[in-house]
Amino acid sequence: MSRRLIGASLLLPGLACAEDAGNPVSASSILMFLLFVGATLYITYWAAKRTSTAKSFYTANGGITGFQNGLAIAGDYMSAASFLGITALVYTRGYDGLIYAIGFLVGWPVIMFLMSERLRNLGRYTFADVAAYRFQQTPIRVFSAVAGIAIVLLYLIAQMVGAGALIQTLFGISFEGALLIVGVLIIAYVTFGGMLATTWVQIIKAVMLLSGASFMAAGVMWLSGFSFETLFQSAIDKHPKGVGIMTVGGLVSDPVSAISLGIALMFGTAGLPHILMRFFTVPDAKEARKSVFYATGFIGYFYILTFIIGMGAIAFILGNPAYFNADGSMRGGDNMPAVHLAHALGGDLFLGFISAVAFATILAVVAGLTLAGAASISHDLYANVINRHATDRQEVRVSRYATIALGLLAILLGIVFQHQNIAFMVGLAFTIAASATFPVLLLSMSWSGMTTRGAVWGGSLGLLVAVAMVVMSPAVWVQVMGFEQAIVPYSNPALFSVTVAFGSIWLFSVTDRSERAQAERRAYVAQFIRSQTGIGAEGASH
Amino acid sequence: MTPEYVEKIKALPEYHALVRERRLLASVLTGIMMLAYFGFILLVAFVPEFFSTVVWGSVITIGFPLGVGIILLAFVLTGIYVRKANQHFDVLTNTIRRAVE
Repeated sequence: MSRRLIGASLLLPGLACAEDAGNPVSASSILMFLLFVGATLYITYWAAKRTSTAKSFYTANGGITGFQNGLAIAGDYMSAASFLGITALVYTRGYDGLIYAIGFLVGWPVIMFLMSERLRNLGRYTFADVAAYRFQQTPIRVFSAVAGIAIVLLYLIAQMVGAGALIQTLFGISFEGALLIVGVLIIAYVTFGGMLATTWVQIIKAVMLLSGASFMAAGVMWLSGFSFETLFQSAIDKHPKGVGIMTVGGLVSDPVSAISLGIALMFGTAGLPHILMRFFTVPDAKEARKSVFYATGFIGYFYILTFIIGMGAIAFILGNPAYFNADGSMRGGDNMPAVHLAHALGGDLFLGFISAVAFATILAVVAGLTLAGAASISHDLYANVINRHATDRQEVRVSRYATIALGLLAILLGIVFQHQNIAFMVGLAFTIAASATFPVLLLSMSWSGMTTRGAVWGGSLGLLVAVAMVVMSPAVWVQVMGFEQAIVPYSNPALFSVTVAFGSIWLFSVTDRSERAQAERRAYVAQFIRSQTGIGAEGASH
Repeated sequence: MTPEYVEKIKALPEYHALVRERRLLASVLTGIMMLAYFGFILLVAFVPEFFSTVVWGSVITIGFPLGVGIILLAFVLTGIYVRKANQHFDVLTNTIRRAVE
């Protein structure tokens, strides 16, 4: 079958066509996917009856427990891109994949120690509630919404394009059809079920993904006689890099890019709007910190699994002709090692399960992003800038329209960017989060001297430097725009953009001698007491 | 929060203990995490040959216990914080709440 299709796959390099995926759509994958959709739609129906006020729409009435929220955070954070992408990275580069995975985890303790409790004590629905707490509402809300929506859209495009290609391969649906299914389902979840339905979609997905990945890692270890020595040895024997997979390769080339990537990952996590929003779904600071503890455990465990799975893919599918085209390329594209390993370990039935898991993963992440984007529009822009006298009903109505608009926009952007090189987008989203939302949010809670002017100038300059330097970097300037030589040699600019953000927040704050700035500095002590003790905080309504 | 309320809380020794101890613990734990992670990244960037050192059997290099160690460290540090907060900070917070409410 593959021989007939070599011509087609040569014409469309990097594109997965359903027929040459090597994984004929099995009845089991469709059945499991339908089960998941049925269950989540039932939950949405159940949640819809409990979702009428703004508080229920944005925060599930603050009634999620720390353990549930920990799972939901893990479900929000472990994307299909990170499952398939990191296993694929381990498969092609070995140890380098683990370096990358570690970066995605180390932001969580930072969130725990510097943000989670204070966020819960100060905020209501969005991180901008906290950032704008003692400042002039309009400028901070507009800044937060612009940065937040930029992060959400970049992340969303990366998810949608990946989703389209993956679903096309696994289920044999057209790219556009796949996006339509994702778009329609997440609009249904979020519009009707709000945060409550989104949370449960994320919890179910996290449980499915963790069980599927655990099963695969256990299978890999079982085949290796539960010996890492045996597993790594057979991987070394098969891999073209040989013993090179056991050590640092060329993934992080120059020191500046390496440190910048580290900064972007470590502090960017603490600036992602859809993650920050999850802290308002728990009743108090105690549950907020518990949720980070569980989330860190689940996410850390997951990344260890992805590494074992990636090494297992080298050991058990590399060289197996069933998973490769005649020209040596992997069937279904470079991101498929985990999917093929699922088939090698558990046959069609387990492949079906992993395909359904991948689909569920996409839906959960996209739903979380869409809800965060909609909240930025309806809570930060509409209810706090455009119409400050908006009623609760009006605000919820706007957030539902915003959800529908964002869902449709996500489908459209997925189609527009289908053939673009989007590898830089998630990195850019993390860099903007580390350079714009994180510094403003952190200093608003921990530095009495910050003023509205400092926050808006500093955050905006951080955002601009981050975007400008990424555009001029090799990933965009050369690989997307096609110029010969990049203006900025570094693959990640966070070292500079985060420094610019903190530096200019400081500079524009200390030089702010206005009456208003004085009042803002005086208001810090009351905010600080509330952030530390939770006295006066928005509690759960039950 | 009225100014009288603020003054009342600021007068409580428990409030100052809470702020001081939490700030200390959070800074120490954040410092450990940053030191471990950026130390690791700097090793990767400047001394890549270090990662070829075999530490166990004939193929397992130093990078594996190091990498898994950082993941475990992240989890353990969050655990330490939660434990300390549950046992100590919450007690102080409740004392403060009772004193002013």
